[in-house]
This record gives sequence, structure tokens and C-alpha cells, in this order.
Amino acid sequence: MQEKHYVYAVARIRSKEMQLLDTQFINQLVAAPGYDECLKLLLDKGWGREGSTELEQILAYEQERTWSFISELVEDMSVFNVLLLPNDYHNLKAAIKMVYTGFDDRGLFLSRGTIDADTILKAVKAQDFSLLPEHMSSSAREAYQVLTETGDGQLCDLIIDKAALEALYSAGKEQTDDVLRLFAELKIASSNIKIAVRAQRTGKPLEWIQRALAPCDSLDIEKLSQAAASGLEEIYEYLRRTEYEEGVKELEQSLSHFEKWCDDRLILKIQPQKYNPFTTGPLAAYLLARDNEIRTVRIILLGKLNQLSDQSIRERLRIMYV
Amino acid sequence: MDNLGMLFALLGAVLAALMAGIGSAIAVGMAGEAAAGVVTDDPSKFGKVLILQLLPGTQGIYGLLIAFLTLTQIGVLGGTSDISLAKGLLYFVSCMPIAIVGLWSALRQARASIASIALVAKRPDQAGKAIIFPAMVETYAILALLISILAVTGIGGLNI
Repeated sequence: MQEKHYVYAVARIRSKEMQLLDTQFINQLVAAPGYDECLKLLLDKGWGREGSTELEQILAYEQERTWSFISELVEDMSVFNVLLLPNDYHNLKAAIKMVYTGFDDRGLFLSRGTIDADTILKAVKAQDFSLLPEHMSSSAREAYQVLTETGDGQLCDLIIDKAALEALYSAGKEQTDDVLRLFAELKIASSNIKIAVRAQRTGKPLEWIQRALAPCDSLDIEKLSQAAASGLEEIYEYLRRTEYEEGVKELEQSLSHFEKWCDDRLILKIQPQKYNPFTTGPLAAYLLARDNEIRTVRIILLGKLNQLSDQSIRERLRIMYV
Repeated sequence: MDNLGMLFALLGAVLAALMAGIGSAIAVGMAGEAAAGVVTDDPSKFGKVLILQLLPGTQGIYGLLIAFLTLTQIGVLGGTSDISLAKGLLYFVSCMPIAIVGLWSALRQARASIASIALVAKRPDQAGKAIIFPAMVETYAILALLISILAVTGIGGLNI
């Protein structure tokens, strides 16, 4: 009977899916002559508050609108913690750096998280890390100490990024929802692959790579670390033996091509949720679809702003959910 | 113990109304949630989703019909009420098709209705086709109803 609880919510999602941007509209945006025309098309589509002209404001508003809508439908939002955990760790990173540099800019915080950004900032300022959730407190303490004692921002980031991926792994394991489990696994795997490639390019030693990579089910971290310490071709060779085989040719082109491939893979894998009438799956899929949509719109508008060619913008476009 | 036959027959009638009714109540409730979700965003779809919500409600009516027929046959609603144990058991068994199939088909039909409500939410022009999917489940509730009717009305003539 658990699934019954989301019948109303899923039905509302079905109506909302009608308002998602489809490929046709995305093509229209790309074909628009300039940034202002693109913005006008979006505003006509109902994006942003009335009178909004700033792209980031519009996108932040849309993000907030999506989460507000979902929180209207679901009483216990902790179901979606998996999607919000990366925001928490982003906020932790921002808070530690704000306290370290003494530069207070709340604009760096992401608004949605499982824990309030002000609580994170308060914990870091007071060095009272017990205010933070268990999965975050020890890494927060370690990262803060490393930054204050050594000033090594990269190591600080590594500690937090690794903790974020580990927390995501644990949260993903606890999930019963396929979409959220898939999101967690794909996010960790793609992060590990990107870390391995970057580490190889910058000549990081094996110990550093082993420390940076987080556990995940679809990759053998030890083999990936060894491959990254050996060479790029070894990484590709290892990945060809995993489910990320098709991503290797994208990886050979660039990391941004690989990121696009990962985003597209997630969207393609969640497509069946369009026909699932009961569980949290369609809700999670809608959140991911909106996120994908916002990312795509940002790519197009920033492309227009920087006067990239239509072809160049098109290469970066993500597959749409609808 | 003399009225054991009557007890079984009555139990059959009650279960027919109870199980099919429970099935329909849950089913119509679930479909109602989905319908409300669609109407929240687009009130113009009320008429289309209402039909889909009502479809799984028929099993409750079928259960009621069999219960009423059985009560009439066994004399609870008037007439003689001399029912042997064998006849009582036969009435009980005769009520089972609509009791069990009614409950189960209502729940399954609710799932089909909810899926069709989602279809109407996205493609209101396909409402006619959307009704057909849950309506197919109705076939089996009707078959069970038919068997229950034939059995309940036929038992009276048996010499046992």
C-alpha cells in the first residue's frame, strides 16, 4: 500500500511534465538570433518571475519552484536526500572557505540541502562540528584543520568531495527507489572517472588517487586507481571492460563530452518513469528532468552570451526527458 | 446447529458484498487521488477523469447484486427460510466468484485506471482509448458475476 501514497503526487507530476521543455523548444532556443531573444522565449514560456532579466535569477527561481512544488506533494522530503546531499557538501566547502578567508558571501550557498547552510556556517565558525550530521562532521573537521594548518585548498576540496561521494554511496544503498539509486551510483562512478582522468593528467601519485576515489558498485576502485597511476590509455582500457564502455570515446574527446554522456545516460535510464503511476520514481525523475532542463538552458544562454556558434552549442546540449 | 445451512448462505452473501465493496472502495479512492491530481492542474479534464475513477466502482455493485439475490433466495428478505447444510454451503460457494474476483479485479482495475488518468493528463484527445484499458479488466468481474448469478439462482431448484 506504500505506493498508494504517491498516486496524487504522480498524477500532478504528469500534468507538470506537459510544461517541461521539449527538444523542439530547445532547438527554437538555439536557433534564436541572440541572448535577448532566447531570454524572451523563456520568459514567454513562463520561466522566471515577471520582469526578471538576469539569467541566474531566473534559473535559481525555477530550481526553487521545482522543489517547492515537490515539497507540496511529499510530506517527508527526506526521500530525496540523495539528490540534496551534493548541495550540503558544496555548502560545507563554501562555509569552510568563507571562514578561512574571512570573506562572507552567502550567495555562494545553494538554497536547498538536507541541512540549513547557516547551520553549516555556524558549525564551521564555532568549530563545533557536532552540529553537523554524522556523515559530515568528521570530514568537515579534517578539511577545516587541513586548510587552516596547511592552506592547501586542493586537499581540503579532496577531503570534502570524497566525503560527499561516500555519503552519497551510503544514501544510495539505503534507497528503495530505482531512480534515486541509479542517480547515486552514476554520480559516484562519473565523479570517480573524472577524478581518475584529472589525476592522471596532473601526474598525481597512486596514494593520492586511492585517497580521492570513493567506493561504488559499478567500478573497481583499486583497478581504476592502478590504471590512473599508469596512464590514460590504461584508464580507457579498464573502462572498456565496465558498463561505461560507451563513454570511453566521449572521454577520449574531452571531460565535458563525458559529462554530457553521463547526463544523457541518466535521462535515458529514467525514461520508463514516464509510465510508472505509483512510486517516488516519477517524482525523482521529474526533479532530475528539471535539473537537466535548467542545465541545458544555462548552456544555451551562456553560449549565446559568449557568441558561440549554434553548432558548438548544439554539441553540448543534453537529451531532454520529454 | 439446525440453521448451519442458513449461516453459510448468509456468510456467502455478506462476503460477496463485503469483499467486492472493499475492493471497489479502495480502487475508487486510489483512482480519485490520481484524478484529483490531474484536476488540480487542469480542471477542464474533470469529466474525462471522473469516468476513469468510477470504472472500478462497479465490482461493489456486482457484490451487492449477488448478496441481494442470495438473501432473496434463502428467504431472509421474505418467504421460507428452510436451508439445508448442503444448500447453505452451495450458496456460500456460489457467492465466492464475485467476492474474490470482485475484490481482486477492482484493485487491478484501479491500477489500469490510474495509468489511464495519467494518459488523459498528457493526451486528453486520447480519452476514449484510455477508457478501454481499465474497461478490459471489467470483463473478468462480469464473468464472475455471471457465474455467481447462474449458481445462486440455480441452487433453489436442486433437491438436496
